[in-house]
Amino acid sequence: MSIRNQRAFVSGALFVGIAIFFFVEATKYSLGTATRMGPAYFPIMLSILLALIGLAVMAGAVAPRAKAERLARWDLKGLVWVTASIALFAALLYPLGGVLALLVLVVVSSRASPEFTWVGTLVNAAVLIAMCVGIFVFGIGLQMPLWPAFLY
Amino acid sequence: MDLLNNLALGASTALSLTNLFYAFVGCLLGTIIGVLPGIGPLATIAMLLPLTYALSPTAALIMLAGIYYGAQYGGSTTAIVVNLPGESSSVVTTIDGHQMARQGRAGVALSTAAIGSFFAGCVATLVIAAMAKPMAEAALLFQPSDYFSLMVLGLVLACVLSTGPFLEGVGMVVFGMLLSLVGTDVTTGVLRFDFDIPQLFDGVDFVPLALGIFGFAEIIKNLEPKDKTSVITSRITSLFPTREDWRRMIPAILRGTGIGAVLGVLPGGGSVLASFASYTIEKKVSRRPEEFGRGAIEGVAGPESANNAGAQTSFIPLLTLGLPSNVVMALMIGAMTIHKIQPGPEVMNKNPDLFWGLIVSMWVGNLMLVILNLPMVGLWVKLLTIPYRFLYPAIIVFCAIGVFSIKSGTFEVYEAALCGVFGYLLIKLDLPAAPLLLGLVLGQAVEEYFRRAMLLSRGDPSVFFTSPLSAILLAIAAISILLIALPNIRAKRDEALQE
Repeated sequence: MSIRNQRAFVSGALFVGIAIFFFVEATKYSLGTATRMGPAYFPIMLSILLALIGLAVMAGAVAPRAKAERLARWDLKGLVWVTASIALFAALLYPLGGVLALLVLVVVSSRASPEFTWVGTLVNAAVLIAMCVGIFVFGIGLQMPLWPAFLY
Repeated sequence: MDLLNNLALGASTALSLTNLFYAFVGCLLGTIIGVLPGIGPLATIAMLLPLTYALSPTAALIMLAGIYYGAQYGGSTTAIVVNLPGESSSVVTTIDGHQMARQGRAGVALSTAAIGSFFAGCVATLVIAAMAKPMAEAALLFQPSDYFSLMVLGLVLACVLSTGPFLEGVGMVVFGMLLSLVGTDVTTGVLRFDFDIPQLFDGVDFVPLALGIFGFAEIIKNLEPKDKTSVITSRITSLFPTREDWRRMIPAILRGTGIGAVLGVLPGGGSVLASFASYTIEKKVSRRPEEFGRGAIEGVAGPESANNAGAQTSFIPLLTLGLPSNVVMALMIGAMTIHKIQPGPEVMNKNPDLFWGLIVSMWVGNLMLVILNLPMVGLWVKLLTIPYRFLYPAIIVFCAIGVFSIKSGTFEVYEAALCGVFGYLLIKLDLPAAPLLLGLVLGQAVEEYFRRAMLLSRGDPSVFFTSPLSAILLAIAAISILLIALPNIRAKRDEALQE
């Protein structure tokens, strides 16, 4: 037996995995009765349903008449730079303040582009920081630190 | 005349100077972002949500609605002039709209789109005004079992009408519902699936998930190396349609408006489905089907009217039943809750000025958009010359700040980053994200109504079939599932949604 539709097979397996996870977690709460449902009743119903759907999708993927599909390739460059830039912004915002955190965000995320240049990126960062500070901090009074915490 | 009184109340709210200003700001921002490819109305609204925190609820909703239909208008401009859909409901407009532009008729195509959208917007506003009251009154008679079945039907239809395999859509809905159960269980007060993370006690937030999936993951996908598509900008010449153009576009606009108004109300429908359906129908009824794809004016007039009508009538279930028919409406629920307004049949009685003000402002917004779009179209097209390497960091910046602003905390920012990775996984597996978000928004309510119905019936599940309304709703859901299981109908649906 070969897996004709790899994409659907992985999707189905993902559903089954999620279902098992929620099922196991839900068993820690009380089930209750059909009249007075406990916190576990509905999640257990849903996770059983999701597991059945997942199994059906997986079965469809190995059926002899299934559409042949392979898994799509991942482009790690964009994924890593973009995700890292957002996580760094979150990590640096309180210790370093909005201005520096945004600078890091723009520089790191710009690295994902094949057309990256330092000059262009720094100009872009300056414009965006000025806009954000103007609109969000001074304009609508968003509570966001601007400068590094040790300066205060 | 109740309707006239209500509309007068709405006009007095919508035409106040502040509300006019915010409607204008919303339309302007919506147009700008709608013109830019790669960022849709959902991410736009989520990103600009913090701008409305300081406003009154009425002004905030008027502005958000303005962003929504502004994005529709802006999307068609990009579709016609440079053959890139600014957002998904203008995909069909690229087919004939851009062909018209290549024949030097870009101006005519743009004004056709604007006229169609404006007419559809006017009609849809009246439809909302007329239908809202009876719908909301009917909704007050609903039993918990009826509400449960209505939501099940809505979620089933959302999967039936979306692209991709039906079962995978249902799987995403169920996953979304499971996610919605994270946090405090409203009935028993027990914390569920919280893993001792205090930020999860109130549940999984909609905005970080939406921005992660529709903002960050989209950007990562767009950054993938691919064949360069050259952007050819056409020159805009005369804006005025000829007499022949008028003769051909008027019936298309009328049909498109009707199709859009009906499909917009359906769950999972909204503007995307409306525009596709209208294009298919125009092609079927036309006496010159061979012209479609070569610059037929009906191929612009119909879908553009349909997507605007659909965008607007999708407010009906939201305002009267408190149920979102698509993900943008789900986000509007979030926006309403931020402003302490509980969406549902009570809005009309508790906040009549907000309710009718929003409806009248839709019409005002449509008028503004025609004025904004036609004379200034050259300016919008210039926006497209901004290279993507400057644009996407800007989108990430605004998304990050938008997510941060929800609770002035960085937890939501990390959450959004993680959802971006998850969204990329969904893109790679070709799993639809919209059903997930609808499940997330509705899951808790489904559980609550299920519980209440079962409590009232003393644990007897037959209550869902003995109440006539609930039985009818569930029967429709079952029939649509059966229909989609039949192979030849499935092939037709795939054809209609692919086209």
